[in-house]
Amino acid sequence: MKHTIEPLGDQSLFINLGDEIDPETHESVQAVAARLEKEKWSWLFEIVPSYTGLAVYYDAPAFYPEHSSPYEQVAEMLKKVVETTEPREGSGHRTVEIPVCYGGEFGPDLSVVAGENGLTEEEVIKRHSDNEYLVYMLGFAPGFPFLGGMDERIATSRKDSPRTSLPAGSVGIAGSQTGVYPVVSPGGWQLIGRTPIKLFSPDEDPPSYVQPGDRVKFYPVSSEEYNRLEGEE
Amino acid sequence: MIQVQKAGLLTTIQDGGRRGYQKYGASPGGAADTFAYRLANIAVGNEAGAAVLEMTLQGDEFLFEEPAVISIAGADMKPEINGKRVPMWRPVYIDKGEILNFSNASRGIRTYVAIAGGFVGEDFLGSFSTYLSMNAGGYKGRKLGRGDVLSVKNPNNLNEEVKTSLSRSSKEKGFTYPPWRVPGPGHFRGGSPGELRAFPGRHYELFDSGSKEAFETEKYKAGSKSDRMGVRLDGVALTLRESQDILSEPVTYGTVQVPSNGEPIILLADRQTTGGYPKIAQIISVDCAKAAQLRPGEAIGFRMVTHPEAEQLLLTVEDRLARCEQSVKRKIMEG
Repeated sequence: MKHTIEPLGDQSLFINLGDEIDPETHESVQAVAARLEKEKWSWLFEIVPSYTGLAVYYDAPAFYPEHSSPYEQVAEMLKKVVETTEPREGSGHRTVEIPVCYGGEFGPDLSVVAGENGLTEEEVIKRHSDNEYLVYMLGFAPGFPFLGGMDERIATSRKDSPRTSLPAGSVGIAGSQTGVYPVVSPGGWQLIGRTPIKLFSPDEDPPSYVQPGDRVKFYPVSSEEYNRLEGEE
Repeated sequence: MIQVQKAGLLTTIQDGGRRGYQKYGASPGGAADTFAYRLANIAVGNEAGAAVLEMTLQGDEFLFEEPAVISIAGADMKPEINGKRVPMWRPVYIDKGEILNFSNASRGIRTYVAIAGGFVGEDFLGSFSTYLSMNAGGYKGRKLGRGDVLSVKNPNNLNEEVKTSLSRSSKEKGFTYPPWRVPGPGHFRGGSPGELRAFPGRHYELFDSGSKEAFETEKYKAGSKSDRMGVRLDGVALTLRESQDILSEPVTYGTVQVPSNGEPIILLADRQTTGGYPKIAQIISVDCAKAAQLRPGEAIGFRMVTHPEAEQLLLTVEDRLARCEQSVKRKIMEG
């Protein structure tokens, strides 16, 4: 697989597999991540996949004093793995359905999104819940998925002044991105709804409800259904 | 048991941090000044990774309801028992019923208190570190407050050894300590005061030449909004040659990222796992602890080194730390 490796810190490096957000690059990142997870090297602390590549954190002092540069040693071993990884190796995805109660008190900005795009609120809900989204990566906050694949016709600019506290489960739109806040956080997203599903549960393995490579499908539920599902969580 | 009689400004339980959860978006956390943290644990014979207290700018007052061996490292907050100064960077035996109090930090902002055995905290993703934004881990997921009671884990053999030998010496002051100490961080890492060594970050070449020069020649001041997530610097704004969107990608301890206002941020322990700002530089591991001790308003300059130099410094320092740990073990065993 085509790639470059460069230092991130002096105990971490970055394997670069592309320059853009696209499903092919994502497949490559997933495939390399899957291969490295299987390696069980004692010096490999953790790997962190992102849009165009992945970071590898390693135990640099473990290479002392036999080798002068831990980075060179690690990069050499990783290069061999990446070179022999096939892009489709990690594929086979699952679809995760996430219930969302749109509008009302849970989605106070639904009318803003509708207004800015010349749509009715029902049309916004339909466009948001019709598409299937690809989870490219997790970051920003525990369990926060970076989703790709939103309908451009519901793209909406961020709020002028961010809210200081968005409730967990908030579903929002910022520019041409949509996302779900797993935990209470500040943010400038336009809120269109909320899910009762817990996206981050520290006592479960894995702790994150969705994983990179998953497809996410939102489906509308009533506030009664929301309350019922929240009770089950 | 140790009771907090007066709370400091921001005191949390921290350890070596979470490992393996960044891919789920969870911050590694852990002690911000990893150097002082490790030396504090070494001084009392703790295993690496034991949980300590991290105090910020202003320390607490603690009542020891049972005798304990502690060590204090990092910024000097003028620790006292019964009006007598308690020395830092070494094990200190404290009698039952004594009160240890700290005042404000002079030079640096973070002070660590290790205790033989290590503090008990709530586990969150395999670590006792307090994850403030998640209200999880450490002491009920929050900073310490008045009346909180801290427990200590069972001591290991080395902990017992240091406790036994110190408890034999005279303690008319309410505390006692050995003549030796561990060296301070300056002994290990070298470098010049007021300077952080860094190598070019992944987006270094995207910055215009004026910004690259300013980064190396200008002084930056630590802003008052700095926290455990990062040190926000005030100074000459840094700009890209042409505006460009940077995709979110992993960042690490010591990454210097530049948001759209042009003022760099040095990422610390509670950083997010990924960032979408251009990365101009990476502070070398050996100097990250220094960044974590910057006081609001304190000026700092950057000096560029190469990545191989950063690695060599890291290996040298790690070797010195390992030797220091061995030497402390010998001293403890010799009583």
